[in-house]
Amino acid sequence: MSSSDYDPACLPDLLPLYYRRLFPFAQYYRWLSYGGVQKSYFQNREFSFTLKDDIYVRYQSFSTQNELEKEMQKMNPYKIDIGAVYSHRPNQHNTVKSGSFQALEKELVFDIDMTDYDDVRSCCSAADICSKCWTLMTIAIRILNRALRDDFGFQHLLWVYSGRRGVHCWVCDEAARKLSAAARSAVAEYLSLVKGGEENVKKIVLTDPIHPFIGESLSVVEDYFTRYALQEQDILGRRESVDKVLALVPEDVRRELQQFFQNERNPEKRWKLIKDQARAKQTTAKKRHFDKEIMLQYCYPRLDINVSKGVNHLLKSPFSVHPKTGRISVPIDLKDLDKFDPFAVPTISLICEELDRLKPEEEQTKSEDSKEKENEKDTAEKRKNREGSCRNHKLLKG
Amino acid sequence: MQFASRKKKLVSNPKTELYTEPLQFYGQPPLENISLSEFEAFAVDRLRLLKTVENSGVSMVKRGDDYKKKLESELKALDFPYREDVEEPEKRRKDHISHFILRLAYCQTEDLRRWFIQQEVDLFRHRFKGLSPKQKLEFLHKNNLQYNTISGEEKEQLKNELLNSSHGVSGVSLEHDFYKVPFQDALDLVRTRKVYLKEGYAYIPQSEIVAIVLNDFRTRLSKALAVSIHVCFLSDVLLFLICSHSYFGQDYSGQKNVGKISLEQIDSLAGKSFPLCMRQLHKALRENHHLRYGGRMQYGLFLKGIGLSLEQALQFWKMEFIQGKVDADKFDKAFAYNIRHMFGKEGKRADYTPYSCMKVILSNPPSQGDYHGCPFRHSDPELLKQKLQFYKVSPSGVNQILELVKGMHYQLACQKYFELTHNVEDSAFSLSHPNQYFIESQKLLGGGKDVKRETETPQRSQENSAAKGPAAAREPAAVESQHLAEMTANLETDFLKTDF
Repeated sequence: MSSSDYDPACLPDLLPLYYRRLFPFAQYYRWLSYGGVQKSYFQNREFSFTLKDDIYVRYQSFSTQNELEKEMQKMNPYKIDIGAVYSHRPNQHNTVKSGSFQALEKELVFDIDMTDYDDVRSCCSAADICSKCWTLMTIAIRILNRALRDDFGFQHLLWVYSGRRGVHCWVCDEAARKLSAAARSAVAEYLSLVKGGEENVKKIVLTDPIHPFIGESLSVVEDYFTRYALQEQDILGRRESVDKVLALVPEDVRRELQQFFQNERNPEKRWKLIKDQARAKQTTAKKRHFDKEIMLQYCYPRLDINVSKGVNHLLKSPFSVHPKTGRISVPIDLKDLDKFDPFAVPTISLICEELDRLKPEEEQTKSEDSKEKENEKDTAEKRKNREGSCRNHKLLKG
Repeated sequence: MQFASRKKKLVSNPKTELYTEPLQFYGQPPLENISLSEFEAFAVDRLRLLKTVENSGVSMVKRGDDYKKKLESELKALDFPYREDVEEPEKRRKDHISHFILRLAYCQTEDLRRWFIQQEVDLFRHRFKGLSPKQKLEFLHKNNLQYNTISGEEKEQLKNELLNSSHGVSGVSLEHDFYKVPFQDALDLVRTRKVYLKEGYAYIPQSEIVAIVLNDFRTRLSKALAVSIHVCFLSDVLLFLICSHSYFGQDYSGQKNVGKISLEQIDSLAGKSFPLCMRQLHKALRENHHLRYGGRMQYGLFLKGIGLSLEQALQFWKMEFIQGKVDADKFDKAFAYNIRHMFGKEGKRADYTPYSCMKVILSNPPSQGDYHGCPFRHSDPELLKQKLQFYKVSPSGVNQILELVKGMHYQLACQKYFELTHNVEDSAFSLSHPNQYFIESQKLLGGGKDVKRETETPQRSQENSAAKGPAAAREPAAVESQHLAEMTANLETDFLKTDF
């Protein structure tokens, strides 16, 4: 409905309106200042802008919220990325003695992209998504959210819809922001289970004993597997899909299953047969976990390690517009995770249109309305500011 | 000369009073004055030690008995502390000082830092494992690694999780202590999911505390090196001091072999006894009837080293170039000068020595149209694979070589190439020079008489002023100091562009 109204050619007209009336500068600034505890934290933060005609400018930095607003309203960037907090103001990096200008801190970030699942989803491919495969994102968020909180002890997580085909996670804890590149890489590897590219058929192999983290992740996958994989994706229905699944099973078991499947068409019953076979093979050393391996290969989150590794890696900013879809990168409320619908995310044309629709008499309510919009976006912002304000509070208490 | 008297001094030497600990994190730099000769000797010895650590680490299993024995014998031979239960303050002092000297030399570029850190970490691991449990605990506490063990109740509560996550680690049982360590201090275990994580803490079994300590050591060293680089000017002085003594040992200037090779032999020698870099250059020269400057230098000096005389060289190059776009006159005008220069007959009359492997690997990387450099370092792995297959190296051999290349062990890769093409299990030498490759190959193929191995007596390269050489007789040490010298001489390479 709203997406069909979005026309990328209109961006030059819509962006000024968006940046003047709707972008939540106050909350954005409050987030990135982290309570002002560390001097120059906001001033030394790198932003990058993608302008019209694909002009890309890096090392943007701002002294105050006002400066940020003015600049964004002047440049009307098509896309905004957030980078690291550096040792000096990024926009002065050329004046710094070479070698001294360094990225010091940044949120720990994760990027989950639906295209990385192309080998296991049949409904869409490449940049397309639909309500069926969106479940993969839901599963990814649940698993990673749990792990980041329970295993790593992080508390301040912001999950954001990227605007087209994935989600991002911003871990804002102080400990997270201070992590070295090696630590980020270690965290990302701990969280990675699916390994292998085009040449690998089998991308997960589990060995005994199963690490508690894998156990927890499997529980989440099990919650969704029947509906998502067996029903919606129908992985045990169509011939080609069945073959793909059976390719992940040891050869001798495969032959038996192929025989069974000739007499059994029901996907859920077929899955039970696979599980039974896995249990039956408990006695022989390596063939135990292929049912779990299948579940994980089809559902476990696939993250791009390179995004998480670098302290200076730039990532699309929340509330940035996606130029191709027009959708705003909005925070995702984990309390209503299963209800999140990427197709209901407002596009820039929609919200600008809503602004315009208000008649002059409703000027009063209009400003309240846009405040409301800001408040909706505020909920997630508050989470990060709690950290900063808590510290402020502690400081005040002495 | 003060060597004799120093050896006699025992523990009463005030300099060694500080060295009461068997192992240290090298947190504090040495504060004493030492003589230049001691400075040089310490640096060279430690470099030699680290080279052994590197080679052993690649060719042996790191925790195996062979590895332990090799390191122990090397530590002993070089006068470093090798048994942590014996009080050896003099050796500990040497360990301390030599580490810091090399730190300053190796902080310069990303590649050098990475190499240094890797070897020091491996060495540290070996020595830490040699400590008794009591010494290990003392070490932990003295170095502010205040990790706490978890209570019996907590262990009981987390019984399943602990067993399921630590099982990959041998010999773990619930009777052992478990330490609660912030996950940032246990990255290697976190990365490979060999440990239980809860609320930001890793639960480490006693036996794995080594990994933690190593991680800590690596981090500290990494930070220290990053800081050292700002002391650039100082290290230049130190490096100058290290390099100012002459390069002793084989320079393969080939003066003894002049005239022993005939031009007709070169093609067949290229196929049999040339290292891959020279084989590549020879092939390019034959095919294109031309080589650019970098290639001419690397190959030309090599040929001089295997015994070509100036007259032969001029003939060789001219014959080839004439078949290309160059006529006789142009050759005489433009290229002959270059060749005569190589033989010390022009300009400042310096008799240039053939390039060592380090020089080839580290300096003057080839660009479009070049054929010089080290194929293991500078070729795209795919192309290298094709080349090796073309030269009939077996698929498993190709894979072994590519693995070594991936680990940046370029000389070891070349050595493996030697072993595969000569059909031997072990090359029995440590490759550091293309001419050495040639000589060893000829030896193997039975060309004993013609190409005599240079004797052990040191030769002074005419380029350097004469200076005393305390380690004159030790060829490997000389090669190591050459490593250092070559490296530092070539720091103006693109390696200098680093980001931390």
